[in-house]
Amino acid sequence: MGFKNYCFKKSLWVFHFGGASCNNCDIEILDCLTPRHDLERFGILLVGSIRHADVLLVNGSINIRDKERLIEVYNQAPKPILVVAIGACGCTGGLFTDSYTFAGPVDKIIPVNAYVPGCPPKPEAIIAGIIKLVLNA
Amino acid sequence: MSKKTLIPIGPYHPLQEEPELFKLYCDGEIVKDIKWETGYNHRGIEKLSESKTYEQIFFLVERICGICSSSHPFAFANAVEEIADIELTNRAKYIRSIIGELERIHSHLLWVGLAGHFLGYNTVFMWAWKYREPVLDLFEMISGNRNSYAMFKVGGVRRDIENSKISVIRQVLGDVKRKTDLLTGAVMDDPVIHARTKGVGILTRQDIIDYAAVGPTARASGLAIDVRKDDPYAAYPLVNWKVITAQAGDVFAKAEVRLLEMYESISIIEQCLEGLKKEKEGDIAVKIKEIPEGIGNGRAEAPRGEVFHFVQSDGSNSPVRHKIRAPSYVNIATFKKSCIGQTIADATISLAAVDPCYCCTERMAAAYDSNSGDKIMNANELINASVKRTNEIKKTINSQL
Repeated sequence: MGFKNYCFKKSLWVFHFGGASCNNCDIEILDCLTPRHDLERFGILLVGSIRHADVLLVNGSINIRDKERLIEVYNQAPKPILVVAIGACGCTGGLFTDSYTFAGPVDKIIPVNAYVPGCPPKPEAIIAGIIKLVLNA
Repeated sequence: MSKKTLIPIGPYHPLQEEPELFKLYCDGEIVKDIKWETGYNHRGIEKLSESKTYEQIFFLVERICGICSSSHPFAFANAVEEIADIELTNRAKYIRSIIGELERIHSHLLWVGLAGHFLGYNTVFMWAWKYREPVLDLFEMISGNRNSYAMFKVGGVRRDIENSKISVIRQVLGDVKRKTDLLTGAVMDDPVIHARTKGVGILTRQDIIDYAAVGPTARASGLAIDVRKDDPYAAYPLVNWKVITAQAGDVFAKAEVRLLEMYESISIIEQCLEGLKKEKEGDIAVKIKEIPEGIGNGRAEAPRGEVFHFVQSDGSNSPVRHKIRAPSYVNIATFKKSCIGQTIADATISLAAVDPCYCCTERMAAAYDSNSGDKIMNANELINASVKRTNEIKKTINSQL
């Protein structure tokens, strides 16, 4: 394990990027932070700026307008950064692959470290994904 | 001319989970003008819908918005059923209303939580979201998924709520009601919340009429408009309930309307469950042979207001035109009234007060802002994108041949 990866072992700070999503994944991500699931007990915290983040959560299909902004956000992120694609839309584009505005999926635009499929994935699935990510970092 | 400061909020910011860009033009601390830009969330659903069959569209419209993911199928079903002239069975009507009202409870709790969060009152956020969980559990029990329930289809519902589940639903609802009492008490009696929300972001009755706002936003200003009463559908005419209104039109009134609406929802569900017992189990859908030629308008009251779906059919198995209007689309325009003249700190909660849902709103690709000259995305770019897409699909299909 390198020094950089060692940094990921403790409290991960997460920045949430909601692409052209239907809000389902967004609320399930927020749900992870609320009392029932309480991700904060693992030191995981949602932060307001990408410059403070260790993890970039991307959900929703990425449309033409989001694409350049996603690249911009990724470029601003301190490296190394872990990218997690959440939900069917984040992983593959899902239902919206045939849309005229579709510019994704996420892994065609930026490198992705973990995928959490589901429409929307349950908070338990998101937590499992993040734990796997931490263990394999 | 005084100097104005431009404060951009977004598009990716911690305030709201969806991408949207607000530009606040401020003089000192007072907001003088506001502009907003959306389009980060546009997915071309209306166009996609024309390429899918009626059965598939339910899954598509459900994903317009995750929070009101039964309102859109509801309105779409109403529209298609108007074309085909279908009368539902009573059991299907009750089940539809139960799903719609459960959704209202979870959506309003979600809003109360977020409003607390915007005010810097994270305790309310955590509480409200904790109390929302049992409702999601009910959804999981009924439909198998916490959100996006896939309960609707033309002519009825996809799954039954068996009579054996009724007692469990009752029990959870009683629990939710007690928690709501607690939450309402805590929110309504808190002096800090009073100070932050009373007299903030006022929309008068006339503003609501001018901007054609709908839902709790309108009802908090004394306008009793509710599709469930005005154009009854599903089981709403079969049960007793009243439209909640408040007069003040400020953020506090909007919170009040939403909190009290949750009690109405609980009462509607209880009456529906009672009705469900009288109907035969499994009698949940009527058989549909085909959708005839014609046009249909479907309306439904989403937690945020009226959802409107227009469907035009040519007799084939997919619609020729499908137009959607979501409540936030009209409610967002009221920002012009509610935010101007407020301080920046109060603008946040005024923006949140209408419970804006941007993924609902993104129905139209705005092409050009004629006043400011801001280019959002012009028609050529849209057409080029479409042409490019067609070419790509052609290529992949040709390569597969």
